[in-house]
Amino acid sequence: MPLPTGDTIGILADNLRLRRSVLPIPTESAIRWTRGLDLPRGGERVLYTGLMYQLIPYIEELVKAESRLAESWLSGFTGIGRQVNKLVNVSGFMAHPTREQLETYDRIPRNVALLLKRAGVEFGALYEDDLYSGALAYDLGADETLREHAQKVYTTLKKHGVKEVVTIDPHTTNMLRSVYPTLIDGYDLAVRNYLEVLSELEMVPSRQLEGDVAIHDSCVFARYEGVLREPRQLLEGLGLTLQEPLHAGTMTWCCGGPVESLFPEKAAEQAERRVTELQAVAERGVTMCPLCYVNLQKAANGRMRFDDISDYLIRGYEP
Amino acid sequence: MAVARPTFIDEVRQSEQFNAAACMNCGVCTAICPMGLEHLPREIFRYVVLGMEEEVLKEQETVFSCLLCKLCEENCPAGVHITENVRSLRHYFDRKAFRI
Repeated sequence: MPLPTGDTIGILADNLRLRRSVLPIPTESAIRWTRGLDLPRGGERVLYTGLMYQLIPYIEELVKAESRLAESWLSGFTGIGRQVNKLVNVSGFMAHPTREQLETYDRIPRNVALLLKRAGVEFGALYEDDLYSGALAYDLGADETLREHAQKVYTTLKKHGVKEVVTIDPHTTNMLRSVYPTLIDGYDLAVRNYLEVLSELEMVPSRQLEGDVAIHDSCVFARYEGVLREPRQLLEGLGLTLQEPLHAGTMTWCCGGPVESLFPEKAAEQAERRVTELQAVAERGVTMCPLCYVNLQKAANGRMRFDDISDYLIRGYEP
Repeated sequence: MAVARPTFIDEVRQSEQFNAAACMNCGVCTAICPMGLEHLPREIFRYVVLGMEEEVLKEQETVFSCLLCKLCEENCPAGVHITENVRSLRHYFDRKAFRI
């Protein structure tokens, strides 16, 4: 039995309004990926994580805690929980990821930063001002909260002198490129995903990779943002043989991730269906979204290996 | 007997993008939905167009089970803005049922 939908959305929206993220995480966890990279603060072009990868270990743990809560007598008190959460960050007590989980998801923004450096792209980072985009609030229809938050994000970017944002994941790309312009008067930021940036630069790989890989297109990249050619071009440029599942490209199937926060069981069922399709064409799969990565990995449960696209790219393009 | 309220659609409509009335009930969306949602979008959109608020309110779980993956919209022959319409319905639930 899932937790009550209204209370769950209420907590997520309250968190975004009060704490600038649907699931607030420690600043240290938000910025750990920047260690040793020596990235300037702000500047005209920034690499923007929108916290999506850094949030995943916390989301994984929170979903587990929610499942335990849903099966207990406490599930009848989520309304009270929402009121308490307005005063104290309740979700902060519920999610305690392991060091290994944190390192896995720090690695991906680091990969991207190293790839951009390798390609000769100059960029900065916003460190603790790299804010969550509000993607989940948008999906759940919390429009007033989202509008207020989007303005905060935009003001922060302008304060740092940003003119161009390079994003990592599809959801942040969609929010900053396609949704924010509908919410903010005079919005004038150029937004490109790092896969688009890298594919334009015609980088020469330092080594060739081989083997079959099943490509899992993100729904948001494929049908909202039209990012289809770039990942294929980059992966095939490394020598990999891409295997397309039954549902691919603009017909791609979702990983189930978007309903994870409200209906974890439905999300798992959809992830299982998708893993079966991907497993039919290759033993390894590649994803380009943190939600896809975590959901498919979990559903595969060792049957099939998934890697983020940046893990392949860093192997092929690092010196 | 179902009660119809003609102003209901105006309460759900969030923007000019909202076009539930464009649905011609062909069923492509239902056939293609990876989640196998049967009532969403076409049946619930029809309830909105007809002003049947109570019927819509019964479909809370269905409305929030949509992945917003846009596969149905990509293949909709009538050009219905399905994901934006679903988001509008969620916004309606947030205000009306959840007081958010």
